[in-house]
Amino acid sequence: MSWLRENLFGSWPSALATLAILWLAWMLVPPLVEWAFIDAVWRAPDSRPCRAEGAGACWALIAEKHRFILFGTYPYEQHWRPGLGILVLLALYVASAMRRFWRARLALAWLGGLALIGWLMWGGFAGLPYVENERWGGLMLTLLLATFGIAFAFPISILLALGRRSRLPVVRALSVLWIELVRGVPLISLLFMASVMLPLFLPEGVSIDKLLRALLAMIVFAAAYLAEVVRGGLQAIPHGQEEAADALGLPFWRKTLLVILPQALRIAIPPLVNTFIAFFKDTSLVVIIGLFDLLTSIKVALTEPAWSGFGVEAYIFASLVYFAFCFAMSRYSQNLERELERDRTHVLREN
Amino acid sequence: MANASMIEMRGVGKWFGRFQVLKDIDLAVAQGEKIVLCGPSGSGKSTLVRLVNGLEPYQAGQVTVDGIELKNDAKAIEAVRGEVGMVFQSFNLFPHLTALENLTLAPVWVRRMPKKDAEALALQLLERVRIAEQAHKYPAQLSGGQQQRVAIARALAMRPKIMLFDEPTSALDPEMIKEVLDVMVELAAEGMTMVVVTHEMGFARTVADRVVFMDQGEIVESAPPKTFFEAPRTERARLFLSQILGH
Amino acid sequence: MRARAVAAQLALLAAVAFVVWYLASNTVQNLEARKIASGFGFLSREAGFEIGEAPFLAYSAADSYARAILIGLINTFRVALIGVVLATVIGTVVGLARLSRNWLLAKLAAGYVELLRNVPLLVQLFFIYAVITENLPGPRQALEPLPGVVLSNRGIAFPVLEPHAVHAWMGAALAAGAVLAWLAARWGSRRQARTGKPFPALTTGAALVLGLPLAVFLAAGAPLALARPVLQGFNFVGGAALTPEFAALTGGLTLYTAAFIAEIVRAGVLSVDRGQSEAAYSLGLSRRRTTRLVILPQALRVIVPPLTSQYLNLTKNSSLAVAIGYPDLVSIANTTMNQTGQAIEGIAIIMAVYLTISLSISALMNGYNKRIALKGARR
Repeated sequence: MSWLRENLFGSWPSALATLAILWLAWMLVPPLVEWAFIDAVWRAPDSRPCRAEGAGACWALIAEKHRFILFGTYPYEQHWRPGLGILVLLALYVASAMRRFWRARLALAWLGGLALIGWLMWGGFAGLPYVENERWGGLMLTLLLATFGIAFAFPISILLALGRRSRLPVVRALSVLWIELVRGVPLISLLFMASVMLPLFLPEGVSIDKLLRALLAMIVFAAAYLAEVVRGGLQAIPHGQEEAADALGLPFWRKTLLVILPQALRIAIPPLVNTFIAFFKDTSLVVIIGLFDLLTSIKVALTEPAWSGFGVEAYIFASLVYFAFCFAMSRYSQNLERELERDRTHVLREN
Repeated sequence: MANASMIEMRGVGKWFGRFQVLKDIDLAVAQGEKIVLCGPSGSGKSTLVRLVNGLEPYQAGQVTVDGIELKNDAKAIEAVRGEVGMVFQSFNLFPHLTALENLTLAPVWVRRMPKKDAEALALQLLERVRIAEQAHKYPAQLSGGQQQRVAIARALAMRPKIMLFDEPTSALDPEMIKEVLDVMVELAAEGMTMVVVTHEMGFARTVADRVVFMDQGEIVESAPPKTFFEAPRTERARLFLSQILGH
Repeated sequence: MRARAVAAQLALLAAVAFVVWYLASNTVQNLEARKIASGFGFLSREAGFEIGEAPFLAYSAADSYARAILIGLINTFRVALIGVVLATVIGTVVGLARLSRNWLLAKLAAGYVELLRNVPLLVQLFFIYAVITENLPGPRQALEPLPGVVLSNRGIAFPVLEPHAVHAWMGAALAAGAVLAWLAARWGSRRQARTGKPFPALTTGAALVLGLPLAVFLAAGAPLALARPVLQGFNFVGGAALTPEFAALTGGLTLYTAAFIAEIVRAGVLSVDRGQSEAAYSLGLSRRRTTRLVILPQALRVIVPPLTSQYLNLTKNSSLAVAIGYPDLVSIANTTMNQTGQAIEGIAIIMAVYLTISLSISALMNGYNKRIALKGARR
């Protein structure tokens, strides 16, 4: 009772705010619940029940189109393949998230897992028919873009971050050029560049896959942002570490790989995870260059005349899917940060 | 009156939620008296000191400071704070202002002093704590001992009648403790009423009129330093003394 | 050692130069093969397409591509400026609400932040656009929540004051008020330094900046003629109108960025040690003075750098207009590229504009940071 008094009605403005919020909830929540649940149409072969008088949200759209949304134009009978692929990918992510799996074997697991996913998606041998990657789409494509994008961008970003701190002027200038150029322009312009200009850059007759073009743009983009995060980690290492390594006579690359980078990356893990979350959201932009990710497939599902006009339901569903992934990742990131902080101070106290 | 009571606490009780941190405190501090509060951590001594200038509210009893009754009411607290100065364990200097500006802030904005007068006063006080040459430095450019001396001068700039010290040397490196204690000894010699929470027993021996020992929210023993250190009456005080004087 | 370093760098430069040359020569070949000209000459050619929104500069399909792109730039700035201002206001309110002692308010603010930060901006834009175009009624059954403000699937229209001669005078009065407010504040602080008497600079300034234009307005007889939106045929005419594209883009950008700004404001306020306000109160400073003289300067130092970063993000994110159909710079450049085939020039223009904006804001930020940075710690 006293909790209520202190936290909801502690002062006049506070009491007013509480009353205003409760009043708003009273006005808005019942109609929303009616629309979204009570009057909603959950399953229907076409949109007629949805357009009937008094019908609520048309979740039937999702029920009808969910295969398309998850897997894009992948052949219908083969849907188990990207389905399995998604599960393998998610399993790899969950395993990578648990700290007891942070050892060299994890890298091997990733290589194996990605190879397995490649075989599942492309097929072409060992019993699976070939499916060209133009037909990949939906949630699977979003996950692949995000994963491969970060996987390739990360090593590049480390080189860029080291390059930016380098004493060699040319290396420094090139690194700064890449980082500042990419960070100063919107992602769309890079996607346009890749989609429109890349074919012009290549000699006559050589063509580059649309998916690959988009992936290249995302990698260039991610590398620049990740580089700044890694740079932050490098700057946070006490100066004495590098001096001690130099005093031991370690040459540059050995010093960097054995002493500097492990510490810098450990410090940078929370902001790195946050950058990955932002990158995951950014994959939605490929809809603009016509690549078939989760958002595109939802948009395309809406263009069918029977289902047009239910954009609100469709985008609520899209929001829920993205939210599920991103919220889980951000909670994980916060927990990780707390754990790492605790470990650091624990070690210091023990010493 | 020479022996007017500066601080009077009667039956004071304070709770944090369900936990009682101060139990039935009776304490009187006369004008010019120097009190040292000591005790194990968690005994409530910091809370007691912070109660005197209204930083902590209390739920039971009565507190009077220089004749002003300290109720949990804004006007009373404001009046009391005009008479009481406080020095904190972590200095709490304003990092975006120079030492001089730290000192002139309150006189200018609270006492409405013209800037020149405030600066003259500030320089005089910085001189007194022997740090006038650092007047234009920022706190981050000063050592811990220097910062604490600036903090003491800052509190003195408001011409308080009572000075409260909450473990003023606990956050300092050993070689800087002396410079701060020296300033406090001088302040005591000039007749300031002081309540000091500290573990520096040497200071207590030389400066204190009374040592007040607290444990688990109660005042366990209150005696002149000679009596307290040589012949403590209670078992708890004896235990405490053996622990801190043992090394 | 030095020679090795120099040699390595020369090798790197040579490699980069080679790659650039290789790509450039391929490009030239490909462009020739497709019979596409190079250079920016196309900018003076007739554009041939209409633009849905050109509020400040007149435009028709007969104007040049250069003019079209200029319109796009103006539209980008429109969204960016309004977005920045609104997002800052909403973000600050939500950030402070999150710190409130009222449990409901704090949780609501936290929910808002979590929701908007974990859904891609593009999805949010599509959602708002869908709500406006699909769920709002047609102009004939338009909603009118406030007198004169009409919401329909053609956008939002609201009444504005009829243009009147007195508006120019009011503008002049505003400028005069601002100058007087600044002078008064300076005089006031000088007087305080001399005599110690404080001067209410903020209230006086507000009174001048708001009061003078108001006085001019009243002196002219308070002309309150409103141009109201009136239904004519299939749409509303008169008053000011926000197209669904503009409303969705600006609204979405504002709400999204505000969530990030809320976190920045919250972090800034929390970054100031509790001891700071305790010390200030112990010295006798009131709550308001403490906030203004001690807390705010320190909080702002922590808030301003990431805040400018968010402003930059908002400006860059406005490029998503191309997905909604709002004619911003990227949108119009895209149309131009499609029509003329001049992809390289088009993308170059887009990148040059955004780079200029980014680098200028970064430079301003660095300058500001250097000036207000807390003087460094001892080594």
